[in-house]
Amino acid sequence: MGEGVDTHRAAVSASAWRALAYGVPLAFLAVFFVYPLVSILERGLTSGENLASPFDVLSDPLTREVVWFTLWQAVASTVLTILVALPASYVLGRYAFRGRSVALAAVTIPFVLPTVVVALAFLALLPESLERGWVAILIAHVFFNVAVVVRVVGTFWAGLDRRISEAAATLGAGPLRSLREVTLPLLAPALAAAASIVFLFSFTSFGIVLILGGPRYSTLETEIYNQAVRIFDLRAAAILALVQLLFVGLAIWAATLLEQSLAVGGRRQERDVLRPARTRGEKTVVAGSLGVLALFLGVPLAVLIERSLAVGDGHSLDAYRALGRSTNALLATPWEAIANSLVYAAGAAAIAVVVGGLAAFAVAGSRGVGTRLLDGLLLIPLGASAVMLGFGFVIAFDTEPIDFRSSPWIVPVVQALVAIPFVVRIVASTLGAIDERQREAAAMLGASPGRVRREIDLPVAGRALGVAAGFAFAISLGEFGATIFLARPDSPTLPVAIFRFLSRPGELNAGQAYALAVILMAVVGASVLLVERIRVLRPGWR
Amino acid sequence: MTLLRIDDVTVSFDGKSALDRVALEVAEGEVVTVLGPSGSGKSTLLRVIAGLQRPDSGRVLLDGDDITSVPPHRRGIGLVFQDHALFHHRDVQDNIGFGLRMRGDSRDEIERRVGELLELVGLTGYERRSVATLSGGEQQRVALARALAPAPRVLLLDEPLGSLDRRLRDRLLDELAQLFEHIALTALYVTHDQEEAFALGDRVAVVGAGRVVQIGTPDELWAQPADEDTARFLGLGNVRNGALIRPEAVALTRVEGGKGGDGVVETVVRRGPTVRVVVRLDAGEILEAAVIALDHPSPGDRVHIAIDERGVVPLD
Repeated sequence: MGEGVDTHRAAVSASAWRALAYGVPLAFLAVFFVYPLVSILERGLTSGENLASPFDVLSDPLTREVVWFTLWQAVASTVLTILVALPASYVLGRYAFRGRSVALAAVTIPFVLPTVVVALAFLALLPESLERGWVAILIAHVFFNVAVVVRVVGTFWAGLDRRISEAAATLGAGPLRSLREVTLPLLAPALAAAASIVFLFSFTSFGIVLILGGPRYSTLETEIYNQAVRIFDLRAAAILALVQLLFVGLAIWAATLLEQSLAVGGRRQERDVLRPARTRGEKTVVAGSLGVLALFLGVPLAVLIERSLAVGDGHSLDAYRALGRSTNALLATPWEAIANSLVYAAGAAAIAVVVGGLAAFAVAGSRGVGTRLLDGLLLIPLGASAVMLGFGFVIAFDTEPIDFRSSPWIVPVVQALVAIPFVVRIVASTLGAIDERQREAAAMLGASPGRVRREIDLPVAGRALGVAAGFAFAISLGEFGATIFLARPDSPTLPVAIFRFLSRPGELNAGQAYALAVILMAVVGASVLLVERIRVLRPGWR
Repeated sequence: MTLLRIDDVTVSFDGKSALDRVALEVAEGEVVTVLGPSGSGKSTLLRVIAGLQRPDSGRVLLDGDDITSVPPHRRGIGLVFQDHALFHHRDVQDNIGFGLRMRGDSRDEIERRVGELLELVGLTGYERRSVATLSGGEQQRVALARALAPAPRVLLLDEPLGSLDRRLRDRLLDELAQLFEHIALTALYVTHDQEEAFALGDRVAVVGAGRVVQIGTPDELWAQPADEDTARFLGLGNVRNGALIRPEAVALTRVEGGKGGDGVVETVVRRGPTVRVVVRLDAGEILEAAVIALDHPSPGDRVHIAIDERGVVPLD
């Protein structure tokens, strides 16, 4: 009798849990992602009086020019990034040296830096002739994405069995031959994965192109913004957004096919294959490639700090002192923008952790149809790009049935949407790394399914949720593409304030933009460092 | 008295049969070892009994009750996993005490029982050690203690010594045999190693291709293997004309001068105390002999062969 009641209660709580884990993320995505996307579709494809046909926008030579530039700069950024990143990937994937983990953490910094900060760093660094144009865009993209390649390829390289290339050597292959015929084919899956991430980021890059592109260079992302905000042609913006979505979809599809065809079977090496550099040549390679990378990543940020202090021929804290005063560039003081950013980012991180965490539990828990649907749906915001989300919000929530534009929650919600795919990735991969036998072992010792979740999954996921919250906070702080559509003029965020200062003439305005960029960099850097500490404090879990 | 009964259990994965109408009984206080090569379905059998794998058909009975649809956490059966599956985020005491906590024991009771078990497996004082710092053998002991802690009716062990090196394995094997006897355990022990199976099992069940091929005491199996495959799997290599010729029943005498005799020695391999000599007979067949001697023929020697009739076993 008692057994029956107990079973019933367990079944009810299990289905309640499932409803929560699937229902909350699905509802959130339906309202805040699918609905805005459908609104863009509707605005772009329906024809009415006084409206040009969608084909007029598509056949416009300007559109063709934008699409062409978007494509080639993305391809060029990808190729350059991989070339720049390979030496450091090799060193980090093959050699043990003091400070290796610090180096790995350090190369990650540019990737978490807000695009606005990166753009300003190169604005500060490059000579005036190169300051705005495609050269600046490519260099900034490489700077931004080197981390992805080094992390993905370097850690994959560290997992390759050293003995395979040793075997090639004993069979008569020289170092270059062995690299070409053995190592590169084995690395291909990681290279392809890294390349597709870099391509997508460069293709949908917004802040860098908007600031460094000048008036001449425009990608689909910046053109959507131009049409929607400056020219106020929402329909043209909607059509461009659809073109962008199409290209991104194609790119993701191609990347998936490529990764499948390159996947190499076989067990991954589990023990460490790193060894110290021994010969003088090896030491030169290690020190040289890390040194070059350190200069490439460090100098722009150092110059950014220097520039924020530059006044005329000397240096002073004037730009920082001015941050407390009201300004013509904004309807709020810069300090208020900083406070806004912190509050918004905290709210966004909270939303992203709740929605993304639940989704991660749902995705990691089973392999059914609903799970695959949720899994796919969660990844789309990554490719749909921030500008499209911001623009979609503008169209969807402007009028009935959902008038959400004036709510203070709109900025955290859209920022959370940008951060959610990362939260799901971080938490789901941690949950997926739990050996299923750990759960089985707990069940064999008398733990019910709910108890298993509490005793096994939650302690592990708890740390991952902390890491995810930190990342979501950092991403939201720097979020620019969606926020610029939605932040109200009287409550700008840091990146928006920086952009506004930059659009105005005058040395003090430029100085304040640089000063705010330095502050943004410091806050983002601090939250990422905190996250890295949580990571380090996880004994026994990789 | 039968404690655990497996009744016609069938499991298939994607149409491929893993267990084919398997039946097995384990009496209270008995240790049955399940011996089979990898892929023979022996781990699947354990998972069915544990409740981690639902059988397509058939039943599992514990003490006469049908437990086929009881979830694993209510079965009161213990399982020692291959590679241990210890909880890495908990220390030794929390690993061993996990099952006690699940059933609601008090903190004091748990501490006392964990201490008892650590003593039983020879790890006294290890309570607060992190399991990541333990050696392979120590992890194995903790896994065993963890499974034993809630005093399960039946203990299942899935190749528990599989990942350990040979010397450590031999030592733990002796300890396990003593322990099983000491606590009068009812256990089902799965392994691919015949030495383990014969050393620990009151009875040994030989499985192959998802079926129980033969079950009996170690002596019974050794004396009368069910068929050719079983004989080969047990390492009794000479099967001819429907009969098994035990290698230790083959006596060899070297023929001086390279003429006469029945065949020529092809290979000589020392395996522990015995030497395995493979002879190619002049008729072309191969015969294996196990010689207990320091003075044995070398490859290329011609030999006379004599077979002790007591070592010839007819197969069905």
